[in-house]
Amino acid sequence: MSEVLVVVEHADGSVKKVTSELLTLARTLGEPSAVWIGPGYSEAAAATLGEFGAAKVYVADGAQYIDHPVAPRAEVLASLVSEQAPSAVLIASSADGKETAGRLAIKINSGVITDAIGISADGIATQSVFGGSTVVHSKVTKGTPIFTVRPNSTPPVAAATTPTRVDVSVPVSEVAMKAKVTGRTVAQKDGRPDLSEAAIVVSGGRGVGSPEGFAVIEALADSLGAAVGASRAATDAGWYPHQYQVGQTGKTVSPQLYVANGISGAIQHRAGMQTSKTIVVVNKDPEAPLFELADFGVVGDLFQVVPQLTEEIKKRA
Amino acid sequence: MKIAVCVKQVPDTWAEKKLRSDDSTLDREAADGVMNELDEYAVEEALKLQAAHGGEVTIVTMGPERAGETVRKALSMGADAAIHLVDDSLHGSDALATSYAIATILDGRGFDLIFFGSESTDARMSVVPAMVAERLGVAQLTFAQKVDVSGTSVTIQRTTDYGFETVEASMPAVLSVVEKINEPRYPSFKGIMAAKKKPVETLSIADAGLDASQLGLSAAWTVVEDFAARPPKAAGTIVTDEGDGGVKLADYLATQKFI
Repeated sequence: MSEVLVVVEHADGSVKKVTSELLTLARTLGEPSAVWIGPGYSEAAAATLGEFGAAKVYVADGAQYIDHPVAPRAEVLASLVSEQAPSAVLIASSADGKETAGRLAIKINSGVITDAIGISADGIATQSVFGGSTVVHSKVTKGTPIFTVRPNSTPPVAAATTPTRVDVSVPVSEVAMKAKVTGRTVAQKDGRPDLSEAAIVVSGGRGVGSPEGFAVIEALADSLGAAVGASRAATDAGWYPHQYQVGQTGKTVSPQLYVANGISGAIQHRAGMQTSKTIVVVNKDPEAPLFELADFGVVGDLFQVVPQLTEEIKKRA
Repeated sequence: MKIAVCVKQVPDTWAEKKLRSDDSTLDREAADGVMNELDEYAVEEALKLQAAHGGEVTIVTMGPERAGETVRKALSMGADAAIHLVDDSLHGSDALATSYAIATILDGRGFDLIFFGSESTDARMSVVPAMVAERLGVAQLTFAQKVDVSGTSVTIQRTTDYGFETVEASMPAVLSVVEKINEPRYPSFKGIMAAKKKPVETLSIADAGLDASQLGLSAAWTVVEDFAARPPKAAGTIVTDEGDGGVKLADYLATQKFI
């Protein structure tokens, strides 16, 4: 079977969930080989990658690969593509992932498709575009296809193997070192899951009314083990930090459950959450357009409904 | 300091967007064109740096003649000059072709900083800035929520999932900005009047020294097989809160096995 490269997303030495999804998807295209770039590869990481079917793990261990944004990752991948001639490269649709895909595409003169939500065995990618209103099927026609894949689009299925570790050492070019990371600032340590990977997202909008109002949103999120999101109206008003914005100019999420509170549902917001599997809407305005997308909606004051829901969830836990 | 800002005309952010049935490209006639919203932040950041450090701000765009409206808007915000690549054979260009065209136009013009918005609201790929940096062989400082210039050194805060990275480079550099970075100005009446007299260099692909075989739909590295409107969602259950809305919602979540 042909080899498919899967770039590992990792943080603090552990493999992110999206990588298990990508390995699962890669198995429909060929035999997945994981590519670990940066320091921190461990037995635990190997175990996770093996659990989801990585036959090999290419390990490019070294701080030089992450101390310069994006460019060294593309160099490692370009070198692997030229040596191993894989049939495709799969990368998570994160900011780093998409930029890595873009640079790699130029290096290996290949087409790139971003934000795929599925890939068929013959390499046709499905994308959901324009805020989920249109489904597009497309394929790469030149070179080695590069796909970036949205988190939460493929349910991870285990297929245990014991991966072979293959160390790779690719020198980072002078050009790739021109931009240097001199510090990392952690703004968020709230113990909640990553917004883009979370299985459940609870978000608040204009109806939340104030920074303090978000306490009820956070309480509901915590009762569900969910991430917190916000509409642009809420982040622009300064009620909740910008990095939590869901929408056309913020993050695109596709969780199993999306609970929208006090969000009317302009296209700006829908573009970021429309592909969520189940959508729940709480809004006091029965005309709010987001109700059109709701699997279940409550017309009512979120400050009544949401705390009651949180209590019920705790009671039933 | 010579600053370029690459801008794109896109369908109005608030309009429903669709693909053309004949060639599966974006239907640009179906909605009003506007400057890509995130590009306004890039123009604003360039103008702020110019105010602090001097120099010149040049707008760069590729797209049909109509994209001239977006060029005028950027000039009316305060940019000094513009370059507009307009050629029928550009139609359907993908990200690889776009980055090739933009990098070729920029190359050799001595720009110290090249700004982009971090994504366009139509294609939403977020790859062109990184691709242009790759092609030009200059530093990539993208997803900036803050930009500081000191002499020939540029430092940004790169937005990440967990906060930000501080990234430094020497000029020249390619930057992209996120909306958090500033509040774009509205063009003043005086700005709109002044923009009419500002120089716009209009280039065809031949003028720009571009290879036509690398551009347009026929040269694209990817092809759309088919597309369809998403099937309409079945209407959900909507209840009105009568003091038990939270309980009913919990019941629903329980039937769906979320709790």
